[in-house]
Amino acid sequence: MIPGSFDYHRPKSVADAVALLVKLGEDARPLAGGHSLIPMMKTRLATPEHLVDLRAIGDLKGIREEGGDIVIGAMTTQHTLIGSDLLAAKLPIIRETSLLIADPQIRYMGTIGGNAANGDPGNDMPALMQCLGASYELTGPNGVRRVAAREFYQAAYFTALETGEILTAIRIPVPPVGHGYAYEKLKRKIGDYATAAAAVVLTMSGGKCTSASIGLTNVADTPLWAEEAANALVGTALDKAALDKAVALAEAITSPAADGRGPAEYRTKMAGVMLRRAAERAKSRAKN
Amino acid sequence: MNVQAPIELTSAERAEKLQGMGCKRKRVEDIRFTQGKGNYVDDVKLPGMLFGDFVRSSHAHARIKSIDTSKAKALPGVLAVLTAADLKPLNLHYMPTLAGDVQAVLADEKVLFQNQEVAFVVAKDRYIAADAIELVEVEYEPLPVLVDPFKALEPDAPLLREDIKDKMTGAHGPRKHHNHIFFWDIGDKDGTDEAFAKADVVSKDMFTYHRVHPSPLETCQCVASMDKIKGELTLWGTFQAPHVIRTVVSLISGLPEHKIHVIAPDIGGGFGNKVGAYSGYVCAVVASIVLGVPVKWVEDRMENLSTTSFARDYHMTTELAATKDGKILAMRCHVLADHGAFDACADPSKWPAGFMNICTGSYDMPVAYLSVDGVYTNKASGGVAYRCSFRVTEAVYAIERAIETLAQRLGMDSADLRIKNFIQPEQFPYHAPLGWEYDSGNYPLAMKKAMDAVGYRALRAEQKQKQEAFKRGETRELMGIGISFFTEIVGAGPSKNCDILGVAMFDSAEIRIHPTGSIIARMGTKSQGQGHETTYAQIIATELGIPADDIMIEEGNTDTAPYGLGTYGSRSTPTAGAATAVAARKIKAKAQMIAAHLLEVHEGDLEWDVDRFRVKGLPEKFKTMKEIAWASYNSPPPNLEPGLEAVNYYDPPNMTYPFGAYFCVMDIDVDTGVAKTRRFYALDDCGTRINPMIIEGQVHGGLTEAFAVAMGQEIRYDEQGNVMGASFMDFFLPTAVETPKWETDYTVTPSPHHPIGAKGVGESPHVGGVPCFSNAVNDAFAFLNAGHIQMPHDAWRLWKVGERLGLHV
Repeated sequence: MIPGSFDYHRPKSVADAVALLVKLGEDARPLAGGHSLIPMMKTRLATPEHLVDLRAIGDLKGIREEGGDIVIGAMTTQHTLIGSDLLAAKLPIIRETSLLIADPQIRYMGTIGGNAANGDPGNDMPALMQCLGASYELTGPNGVRRVAAREFYQAAYFTALETGEILTAIRIPVPPVGHGYAYEKLKRKIGDYATAAAAVVLTMSGGKCTSASIGLTNVADTPLWAEEAANALVGTALDKAALDKAVALAEAITSPAADGRGPAEYRTKMAGVMLRRAAERAKSRAKN
Repeated sequence: MNVQAPIELTSAERAEKLQGMGCKRKRVEDIRFTQGKGNYVDDVKLPGMLFGDFVRSSHAHARIKSIDTSKAKALPGVLAVLTAADLKPLNLHYMPTLAGDVQAVLADEKVLFQNQEVAFVVAKDRYIAADAIELVEVEYEPLPVLVDPFKALEPDAPLLREDIKDKMTGAHGPRKHHNHIFFWDIGDKDGTDEAFAKADVVSKDMFTYHRVHPSPLETCQCVASMDKIKGELTLWGTFQAPHVIRTVVSLISGLPEHKIHVIAPDIGGGFGNKVGAYSGYVCAVVASIVLGVPVKWVEDRMENLSTTSFARDYHMTTELAATKDGKILAMRCHVLADHGAFDACADPSKWPAGFMNICTGSYDMPVAYLSVDGVYTNKASGGVAYRCSFRVTEAVYAIERAIETLAQRLGMDSADLRIKNFIQPEQFPYHAPLGWEYDSGNYPLAMKKAMDAVGYRALRAEQKQKQEAFKRGETRELMGIGISFFTEIVGAGPSKNCDILGVAMFDSAEIRIHPTGSIIARMGTKSQGQGHETTYAQIIATELGIPADDIMIEEGNTDTAPYGLGTYGSRSTPTAGAATAVAARKIKAKAQMIAAHLLEVHEGDLEWDVDRFRVKGLPEKFKTMKEIAWASYNSPPPNLEPGLEAVNYYDPPNMTYPFGAYFCVMDIDVDTGVAKTRRFYALDDCGTRINPMIIEGQVHGGLTEAFAVAMGQEIRYDEQGNVMGASFMDFFLPTAVETPKWETDYTVTPSPHHPIGAKGVGESPHVGGVPCFSNAVNDAFAFLNAGHIQMPHDAWRLWKVGERLGLHV
C-alpha cells in the first residue's frame, strides 16, 4: 500500500495542464479527486511518474446553463452537484446518483470529471451520462473537441481521451420538464461499486411512454447505453409486459465479470431488477 | 492531611461519588482516543529507526528455485535483505506456534500459501522498502495446490509440509496422513452411538463456519530496538498478551527475560488477531539485533487480511438424536478443521480444538461425542478466536443451527424445543456430557423475558400471514425469525485445564495506594478497546472506597505490570478482574488493622461503610480510606510494615459461563437476495455488571461483528489458492449505515465462584449473534424446504437460494 515515487505538478490553467501532459507524455496522469487513481497507485497497479493535479484550475469548476444545456466543469465535486439548486430543478437524477456514490467524505473530493473520464466501469456517472445523452469536452494541444458519452468508452480504463487531453466539461441536454427519472443501484455497502445499477429517464403522455433512455453501470467492461431496451418501452404504458421485454433486452447486452459482488448470472439479473425498479420509479415521477 | 468527607452526605451519596461497580461511568480512555492523542505502535518513532517490509509469495504452493536479492541490496537506502538462508544459522527460520507446530518465519525452500513471507527488506523508510521489494527476484516452480480441506486426506493429495513429512506424531498424537495435523475426541462414543440407535428422530446436517478474519482497524505491527551495549531488547508491539510474547522472545532468542522489555501501547482492536507471534516480529527483532538500530514493521491491510491469523474454517457434521416429542437424547459432532499451512491456532495448549466441547450448548442431554480432525491446506495459518472464547462461536453455531433443523424435522416450534431441553436452574453447577461444569444460569427466565420483549408468538403469526401472501404472489419478501440461546465458556483459565506453552493461564493485579489516597493499579491483561482503564478502577473504587477518578490503571508494560496471560477469550474480568478484587481485599484487611489502631478499638468493632471503617454503633467515629492511606505510610501501628499495597495472582477455580437469548427479525427481498434486519434483540447475562454502558458498547460491537460474519465477511480462495477479496472493498466491514439497530436487555445470574460474581461479556454478542442471524435467514426459507443454507448470507448467495427454489419465475 505504498506508491512508487512520482513528481507532483499543480498547474493553474488548462493550457498549462495540457502543456505539461503533452511534455510528460505517457508517464503522466492527470489527477482529479484521486479516489480511483490513488488506491491504484498504492497497490502499484498504476505507477505514473508524474501527477498533474487539476485542483488549482478554477475554470474547471462550476455548473451553468447554456442554451438548452447544462454545462458542468470537470472538477466540480459530487458534493457540489448534490447541493446545486440548478441541477435539483433541471436534472435531479444527477443529485440522486451522486448521493449513491461512496460516502460524504469521498464526495467532498470526488469529481464528476474524474468519475466520468477514468473509464472505470464501476463508476456511476458514465452510464448516467450515456442515459442523458451528454457530451464531453476534451481539451488538448489542438484545442477543444466534443465526444458523446455514448462514444467515449472503449474498454475498462480505455477511453477516447488521447495523450495530452483532459476532460474539461460535461454538456448535458436538459430533459423536458415533467420527465420521470430514477437511478437504482444495488451495492453491498456504503462505498462499494454497484453490483449493478440502472439509470432511467423517460417522458409520459396520455398514459404512454413517449421517450426513454437507459444506462447500465458495472455490468460490462464499459458503461452500457441500453438503446433497444429503451425503445421497447416507448409507446407502452410501462406495464409488466413492456418492462419484461425491456429487462430481457437489457440483460442480453450485459457481460459482467464474476467478483465478490456475485457471479456473472447474478449481476446480469440484478441489472434487470435495477432497470425494472428504476423504470417503475421513473414512471411514478413522470408528469403525464 | 486529615481531610474528611462532608458528614452531611449519606452512604448512598458517597457511594455514587465513587463511580464504582454498577455505574455507567464514562470511559476515561476515550478522552485521548477521541482527540487523536492515543499512542499506538506506529506512533513510536526512534532516532535512526529503519523500516522492514516483506517480499511475499505470489503462489499458493511452489518450490523456491532461487532468490536473488542483489538488485534490492544495491538500491540506495536498503540496509539488508533477509531470507530463510540468513535465519537458518540462527535456527530462526522456523518458530514454534501456540499449537505445538512450527511455522516458517521466512519460506524455507517452498511456499505454502499465497502472500507467505519470503524475504524481509530493511530500508531507511517505507517507500524505499516498498521499492526494494519489487527488486527481489524469486523464481518459483509451481506445485499442485490444495485448497479444499475435504481433499486434504485423499491418498494422492499433494504433500504440503515436507519439513515434518517423517514426523507422524504431532503435538496432539498420531497423524494419519501427510496433511493430517491431529485427531482429537471427547465424550462417550459408544454411549452416544447407542442413544442414536434407539432414537425416534435423528437430525443430521453439515454446518460450515466459513473462513473469516478478525480485521482490527489497526493492523499487526512492532518496533524492535536492540541496545547492544546493555544487551537489552525493547519491543513495542500490538500484543494482546505482552508477557507471553516476552517469554516466547526469550525462549527463541536466548536473551534473558529480564533484558527484554515488551511494551504494548494503545491497541486499535485485536479480536484475537494480535494473540499470536508473527514473522514480522521475529524479523524485526533479528534485523535490530544484526543492525543495532531500531526496526519497525507495520502490516498493511491486505497483508493483515491475507496472512496474519484467520478465524473459523470449521466444517461441522452435526447430529442430534431425539424422541418424537422433542427431548434431546444425544449429540454427535465431527469437525473437519482447516488450519491452513501451519497449525498456528491460538488455543490453550491442551485444547487443539479450543473449547469446541461446549457444543452441547444450553441443553440438558445425557450423552454426547465430539471428534475433530485438523488438516493442512495451502492457505494462511491461524485459527484464532475472533471475538469468541476458543472455538466457542463454532460450537454455538453448530448446536443453535442443529436445534433449528431438529425442530423443523420434528414439526416443532424451535423456541419450544429449546425450552423443553434447557438445563434447569436447579441443575447448576451442571456437569455437561463433554466435560465442562457450568457454574450458574437461569435459562428459562432469560428466554421468557426475551420472548415477551419481542412478542414472539405474534411474530410467528405475522410470519405465517406473510408466507401465505408470498405464495399468493402478493409480496416478494420473506420474513425470517432468528433465535439463539447461547452458553459461552470464558475466563481461561484454571491451571488444571489451561496453559499456553506450559505457562498456566492465571492473571494478576497489583494495587498501590499512595499516601494521599490515590491509586495506581497494574494488571497482566491488555485492553485493546475494552475499557479496562475505566472498569478495573470501578472494581477498586467499590472495594476500597476510593473514587474511580483517583485510580490510574496501567497495562502493557512488562517491566512494571505483574505477569499475566493477556486479554482474549473474554478472560480479563474473570481472571484479572478477580485478581483486582482479591488484591483490593488484601489492602482492605490491612486498612482495617490501621483504622482500628487509629480509632483505638478492636478490629472486630469496625464495620465498612462505602469509603470508611466506622465503629459499630458509633457512626460518627470513623476513618476514611484516604486517612488510612496517609496513616499507613506515616503512622502505622507498631509491628506493621508501612505502606498500603497488594498483588494477587488469580488462578480461577472454574471458567465462567455467560449466556443470552437473542432474537432477530429479518425481511429478505427474493429478487435481489438483500436481507434487511428489521429488529434485533439481545438479552445478555454476564453475571454482575461492572459498567452497564461498557457492556452495552461491547454488545453493540460484538453484534456488529456477528452481523458482518453472518451476512458477508469471508476470506475466500480460488482453486489456485489465490486469496480473494483481501481488502475492505470486498471484505465486509459494515458501516453505521448497514448496521442494524440493536436492542439490549439483561438478566443477572452472578458467578458463584468469582469474587464479584462477574462473568465476562465482550464476546457473547458475537458468539450468540452469528447463529441468530443465520437462523433468521434459514428460517425465512424454511417453509420452502430449503435445507440448511451455508454462511455467509450475502445477497448473491441468498438470490441463488431463491433461484434453486424456483422463486424467480
